[in-house]
Amino acid sequence: MSAAVLAVEVTSTWYLVLAAALFCIGMVGVMVRRNPLIMFMCIELMLNAVNLSFVALASDLGDIRGQTIVMFVMVVAAAEVVVGLGIIVAILRRRPHATADDMAELKG
Amino acid sequence: MELFVFVCAAAMVLVGAVGVVVRNHPVHAALSLVLTLFGVAVLFVAQEAHFLAAVQVIVYSGAIVVLFLFVIMLLGVDNSEDLRIEPIPVQRPLAAVVGIGTLALLITAIVQGGDAVRSGSGAGIEDATITGDPDSNVRQIARDLFGDHVFAFELVAVLLIVAVVGTVLLSRRPDKAVASSGGRK
Repeated sequence: MSAAVLAVEVTSTWYLVLAAALFCIGMVGVMVRRNPLIMFMCIELMLNAVNLSFVALASDLGDIRGQTIVMFVMVVAAAEVVVGLGIIVAILRRRPHATADDMAELKG
Repeated sequence: MELFVFVCAAAMVLVGAVGVVVRNHPVHAALSLVLTLFGVAVLFVAQEAHFLAAVQVIVYSGAIVVLFLFVIMLLGVDNSEDLRIEPIPVQRPLAAVVGIGTLALLITAIVQGGDAVRSGSGAGIEDATITGDPDSNVRQIARDLFGDHVFAFELVAVLLIVAVVGTVLLSRRPDKAVASSGGRK
């Protein structure tokens, strides 16, 4: 029985399904949570899910460009986190304990 | 063995991801995020993407999560949020329905469209166990990055500089002396 289990091959479909699950958890998090920092972390989860599927498809297709683009995604994610956290710091410094609902007051 | 690694790393990823969503303390959520990011790094190693695994640990776990924790500590917003209160009545059931629906749609697309992906149609990824060169993955990414995508690489450098300068401007406190002298003119 254990030999049969060990003989199971992990294909790229498994990785893609895992990435889909990770993406959906992140998406539900963005919709449910109201703390802007936690919403930001959920966006990171979604970006990681996309990275995982890029790498899975790169090794499935035998194409290194899938791994190169993940590096670009990581750099852009880092830039996005820096700017987003800057904005969050600017808002929360003025009004501590602001939630995502309070930011609707930004509109005129 | 491959299956064992995949199952353990997938458990890490999913437990961490659920932890980010359901933990009510921001610091706990950030630590759950670390668990997820390490799980993804393990999955990268399992797929022979050694360079990306290293970058994942350094950039995500090392820089981004530390930045999150820094902001949590700096602002003192590390108080727990009561998750039992539901501000908008139908929000959570609706979010669950949308999440499960999207997951079902994606899995259907993956299973149905699996044949559309032509396996091995690319130029091939060099495997360190076959080439005998432990750096073959880094070399291959470097050849692709600095050969075909060097312009995008330079643009990304510009993007990083702009992001850093923008953040410095955003987070700078307004200078009182300059503001008052500007008002006098």
